[in-house]
Amino acid sequence: MTALTADAIGLSLGGNRVLDGVSVAFRRGRVTALLGPNGAGKSSLLSCLAALRTPDSGAARLDGSDVAGLDRRERARRIGFLPQAADVHWDVDVATLVGLGRLPHHGRWGAGAADRAAVERALAATDMTALRTRGVERLSGGERGRALLARVLAGEPDWLLADEPLASLDPAHQLDVLARLRAVADAGSGVVLVLHDLHLAARIADDAVLMRGGRIVAAGPADAVLTAPLIAEAYGVDVEIGVTPGGQRFILPIAR
Amino acid sequence: MTRLNLLLGVGLLFAAALSVAAGKVWVPWDAWTAADPRSIIIVELRLPRTVLALLVGAALGLSGAVMQGYLRNPLADPGLFGVSSGAALGAVLSLYFGYAAQAWLLPGFALAGAGATMALLALIAGRSGSLILFTLAGMILTSIAGSMTALAISLAPTPFVSSQIVTWLMGALTDRSWDDVTIALPLVALGAMLLATTARSLDALTLGEQAARSIGVDPGRLQALVIAGVALTVGAAVASAGVIGFVGLMVPHLVRPLAGNRPSAILLPSALGGALLLTLADCLVRLLPTVSELRLGIAMSMLGGPFFLYLLIAMRRRLA
Repeated sequence: MTALTADAIGLSLGGNRVLDGVSVAFRRGRVTALLGPNGAGKSSLLSCLAALRTPDSGAARLDGSDVAGLDRRERARRIGFLPQAADVHWDVDVATLVGLGRLPHHGRWGAGAADRAAVERALAATDMTALRTRGVERLSGGERGRALLARVLAGEPDWLLADEPLASLDPAHQLDVLARLRAVADAGSGVVLVLHDLHLAARIADDAVLMRGGRIVAAGPADAVLTAPLIAEAYGVDVEIGVTPGGQRFILPIAR
Repeated sequence: MTRLNLLLGVGLLFAAALSVAAGKVWVPWDAWTAADPRSIIIVELRLPRTVLALLVGAALGLSGAVMQGYLRNPLADPGLFGVSSGAALGAVLSLYFGYAAQAWLLPGFALAGAGATMALLALIAGRSGSLILFTLAGMILTSIAGSMTALAISLAPTPFVSSQIVTWLMGALTDRSWDDVTIALPLVALGAMLLATTARSLDALTLGEQAARSIGVDPGRLQALVIAGVALTVGAAVASAGVIGFVGLMVPHLVRPLAGNRPSAILLPSALGGALLLTLADCLVRLLPTVSELRLGIAMSMLGGPFFLYLLIAMRRRLA
């Protein structure tokens, strides 16, 4: 069983302490939501886990070894990262874009049969197979989001880290992406998401990590973390938590 | 895609054959046997000139394609980066001090200029791999080298030297010998090999810097490879032909509609296309009925300026 952990991570950016001794363990086969107000350090923690930033103190560890010290290709095969910005700088077709997710798996002579098969699976999992030859610039926002998700899925990583994967998507596409991320976790990978929408977090997350000011307020099973007192402590707002007739939890801010 | 490369290769063969034959004196291809007195034109003048045109064109086309992929900007050009201005400054200094009598001194100075600019660029940009720092440093070095070149022209000891400098700066392949090929070939080959290793990283950069790093790109290493590769190819090109602009800008655009937009897919076609374009342009300047031969650098600028304008207008239409 592999584990991804933050081990007393401290990080300063431009003189600001953005992470202050953050320790938390993530589990495979589960969706973990990183939550907290703006500036809480969620994205910074995610980029430390993805080895895009090196902590000043402490370390992000994969199976006990510091992710910053792992071989780049090996790390890229095991940890997939989906940034918030949906940049695609050249108008390549969807299949090419998704194929980029296989770069760390390529052999000396480029893509092999296994790579092509993984791209097909990723395209199918995101309903993008029919659009495979379409140029990225001719995709709608939702289609582009799915293509970029397919890019990460194509790498078939043990860990999928995504920064605000639901931002700028309409509700239908949000549910769509949530369902696909759920499927990734159910297939055994670990999924860690930075989210700012408490509703959606309550809908998908198995575990939740609530942060404020670079520290962890609470971490654990989502039901235990997403409670009115803890949310009030992290966000400084009073919320009402209810359950829909269909059994979905919802979290409604009412006053600050 | 392979068909495109094959096509470009065939085109290159024809262009090279034309380049060997064409000029003030048309020499038939069967005249290169030792018995024919015209063989000396082919062996000592036309062949090295043709080989240099191929080398310089390939160097500029390839480095342009790599620069556009690296900076993720279709308007990037190898000249952006200070190396060609640095190489030009080196060559100008050798002319200024009158060292150019020795065949290898001018290219030697040009290469030293390219190397010094490269070292400064690497020093300023540091290990951060930051694109903004890199681009700004390149622009600053370009302008410093340009101002020092202008200074050398204005302080030139004799009008002859200053006209020699100005003429050289316009770029040409006139009267090149096998010595020039011997200097340029290994440098262009080494630089091209370094640039070819950036292919995967350039593809990854399509997703932006963060995502590229997350799929295994080492930005510091990539930057070092780009700097060294462009310095070698462009430095050698400027050392042997002077400043020839626009090839690196135009060729990637010309091959993209045929090869696709993926940065790695246009590297080889850009090298072949650059070689083809420069060889044809060099034939053209020899065949134009001008009193003295039109300088190749001027010919390329006359093609390139309008092309640049066309690109901007096309981009404006797309953005509007």
